[in-house]
Amino acid sequence: MSNARTAILDRLRAARPAPLPVLPEWSVTIPPAERLNRFSERLEASHAEVVTSTSGHWPSLLAERLKARGNTQGSANGSSVHYPPGTHHGRCLADAWTDKPELRLVAYDQPVEVLKDTLVHRVDAAVTATRGGIAETGTLILWPSAEEPRLMSLLPPLHVALVEAKEIYGTLTEAMMVQNWSAGLPTNALLISGPSKTADIEQTLAYGVHGPKELLVIVLDP
Amino acid sequence: MIPIPEKPDTFYFFGTCLIDLFYPEAGLAGMELLRRQGIRVVFPSGQSCCGQPARNCGFAEEARAVARQQVQSFPKPWPIVVPSGSCAGMMREHYPELFAGEADEAEARAFAGRVYELTWFLVHVCKIALSDRGEPVRVTFHGSCHSQREMGVREEPRALLRDLANVTFVDLQRPAECCGFGGTFSVRLPAVSGAMVADKVADIAATGAAEVLSGDCGCLLNISGAMAKSGTPGRARHIAEFLMERCYGK
Amino acid sequence: MGSNLATSAATAPDFAARASIALADDGLRRKFRRAMDGLMTKRAAQFPDPEAWTSLRARGAAIRRRSLARLPQLLEQLETRCRANGIQVHWAETSADADRIIQGILTDHGVRTLIKGKSMVSEEIHLNDFLAEHSISAVESDLGEFVIQLAHETPSHIIMPCIHKSKEDVATLFRDHIPNQAYTDDVDALTATARRVLREQFAGADAGLSGVNFAIAETGTLCLVENEGNGRLSTTLPPLHVAVMGLEKVVERLEDVPPLLSLLTRSATGQAITTYVNFISSPRKEGEQDGPREVHLVLLDNGRTRIFGDPQLQETLACIRCGACMNHCPVYTRVGGHAYDAVYPGPIGKILTPQIDGLATAGDLPHASSLCGACGEVCPVAIPIPNLLVRLRGEAAHQNSASTVMGAGARHSSVEDWVWRGWRLMHQVPLFYRVATRVLTRIGNAMPASLPMLNAWTSVRTKPRFARRPLNELVRSRGFDHE
Ligand code: SF4
Repeated sequence: MSNARTAILDRLRAARPAPLPVLPEWSVTIPPAERLNRFSERLEASHAEVVTSTSGHWPSLLAERLKARGNTQGSANGSSVHYPPGTHHGRCLADAWTDKPELRLVAYDQPVEVLKDTLVHRVDAAVTATRGGIAETGTLILWPSAEEPRLMSLLPPLHVALVEAKEIYGTLTEAMMVQNWSAGLPTNALLISGPSKTADIEQTLAYGVHGPKELLVIVLDP
Repeated sequence: MIPIPEKPDTFYFFGTCLIDLFYPEAGLAGMELLRRQGIRVVFPSGQSCCGQPARNCGFAEEARAVARQQVQSFPKPWPIVVPSGSCAGMMREHYPELFAGEADEAEARAFAGRVYELTWFLVHVCKIALSDRGEPVRVTFHGSCHSQREMGVREEPRALLRDLANVTFVDLQRPAECCGFGGTFSVRLPAVSGAMVADKVADIAATGAAEVLSGDCGCLLNISGAMAKSGTPGRARHIAEFLMERCYGK
Repeated sequence: MGSNLATSAATAPDFAARASIALADDGLRRKFRRAMDGLMTKRAAQFPDPEAWTSLRARGAAIRRRSLARLPQLLEQLETRCRANGIQVHWAETSADADRIIQGILTDHGVRTLIKGKSMVSEEIHLNDFLAEHSISAVESDLGEFVIQLAHETPSHIIMPCIHKSKEDVATLFRDHIPNQAYTDDVDALTATARRVLREQFAGADAGLSGVNFAIAETGTLCLVENEGNGRLSTTLPPLHVAVMGLEKVVERLEDVPPLLSLLTRSATGQAITTYVNFISSPRKEGEQDGPREVHLVLLDNGRTRIFGDPQLQETLACIRCGACMNHCPVYTRVGGHAYDAVYPGPIGKILTPQIDGLATAGDLPHASSLCGACGEVCPVAIPIPNLLVRLRGEAAHQNSASTVMGAGARHSSVEDWVWRGWRLMHQVPLFYRVATRVLTRIGNAMPASLPMLNAWTSVRTKPRFARRPLNELVRSRGFDHE
């Protein structure tokens, strides 16, 4: 339909051009000292759970959490957890959980077409890293990759996200600037600010309508 | 925000067509209140209507012709005080666009910049001090949409009422909601307009007020008509009339 | 039942008739009133500081005006960047073209089932019906849209499509349409049922379709905003993703997104941000495990280039579809979305629908407003909706061959012309005005209530009482200066 393209663009160009307004200044700043608090408060207000841990200790903290929670997808023994084996945090988890047979680590290392059934039906939780957080809105920045695919943060009932405390930015604008997003976005960048929810029926909030019902955020400090 | 001018020696009063036909006492009360603030009030006899009815129906040319008559009838640089936020909004907000590209655009703009709503003018320019001589009474206030949204009049009439010692002012639950008048809207879509004014009347009744006051006669026509039709007790009148009666006994 | 009335209302000939039917439904009115009250309160809580609101809104308004001022260039840039990223771009002049393009893509890939994220543009082009004719079943996955689809209805709100349904309505629909589903009106249980049913649909779908909230020209990125995750699923799980957008949705740069996003979510649902904001810049890359193998973007005109041709009406295209104008509209609140019989109801619908469908069919919509201005006041991109309503009223009433508005003059009436000419004469010539006001104040009360217009007035109000003398007469006797 290239003639549609030409026709549309011609019509647009034929219009008297409107003046180009200047962009008025606008900015929101959140002082660095307030960021972590604001980030956690906002996430908790959106029904997420936020805990603090360290880069050495988080796998055992998570193990305890999962044991306390029990499995939710009805697998025979223990929870099955999706993890990204090709990443640093994935390897940390695998190393730390060698003595935990009740926590079954499932690698997401094949195409979705192969893993679809497991992904859609059989995983209790998934662990992903983040590319930082946003204090203003209580938001996680996810930058899915070949090693850590997109659906990990979407299909399991529980999404566990790791955030480095030093990577919590004040605002989305700030994160975009500091990380220079416009120089190259991944296939699918994501902002996540809580578990999946809906208010479509009588404006009553309900969680987990399509994505995770629970979001556990582990802040690594340091 | 409309800048607050110096208190003038003389100013114009624009009476509005609805006041002419239905509420002349409100116009007189407004003029009297202002005169008692020590300012000379001038009522140009060439005035008629701000032109809003035609403009709102999409008859810009007719609206402009009538608007031009107003612009020409108020030639001196005095402020123009209007006992209606809606007519004031028409003149201040919409004359500039109505006259865009016309030979007298500059004049119309200058005119627009001189227009003030009555209660706003009483509060900010006259800094009026009221002394209440009336019996205790409970009242509420309905602000017209255009007084609120075009003229920025929200607190001023309420402040005036709260200043009156024997008056208990109770605000509406939905003070910013339209009463359903909307000029020709009220007769083009009477059912919708009727549903809106029924809610407004219920809101008024719930305050337990003996009187509902307003700064706009369009709303008053609508609200008082609906109150009467539904048998809702209470009186609806212009705030200027009420203030005059409370403070000066007439 | 509300739903039946709402459905039958949609078939009445004009807004007035449909509104009257809707007004008779107390349950419907209560539902909308409650929902709108909730949305207004939540929005207000998001903008506690008027200065912050003013500066953010000014920024958002300017971003949208800049995007429109450079629209042809930005669309070309968007196309170039999307292509470079591997997203295929299609241009559709009409709804029918868009339907055919989408159906063509789906048929080429042997698609039988399409899973849909929420897209108002797909409603605008009536995509589901068209695909059904071509044996492709389209399944709505947004919970509200899913409910509406089960009920064979249309959305009554652009953000909350099933606002006119009670949980009992949903419970009944689920029981009647979902195998082995017992009646429950527990919202969590209903939501869990939808999750279960739709998970299967997602797993089995051959393609996903989505709308677009913002398309970023600088990077060739599609930005999607949602809470449920169905938008992410529709654009990630199936092997093919088709996105459809009105061509006005393009913005210049990535940094334009944060202020617009903030305005959108806070205005729409009173959320600081939605659960998910999804930036899609390409199909699945080599080595990646998920995501569609192909992404297609369909740019829809459907009257937008015509709207663009008018410098004032062009502001219609600044809209970011937040729905705040309908949430705050006293008319919409009373009659609900179906009374507009349009894809886009409420104030934005009242300016957009007549421009897309033409004033001959939708010329009554611009009059469905008291011009109270609540819409323009809350619009996060400062679209002067009341002024545009007035403009469209004028376009409908005047025959003007130079007008670019579809159906200009369609509501022209010589009687109305004469009425306004007479009105003008009366108010333009001071002598006529004085005489007229004198006459009306003396004999006006004798007018019978059965006169046209007066009978509409008195259907809900008593007859207005003319004063005994007009103000212009009284001022003289009270000693005021008159000149
Ligand atoms: S017109 Fe303004 S308020 Fe209405 S949907 Fe569009 S952006 Fe939102």
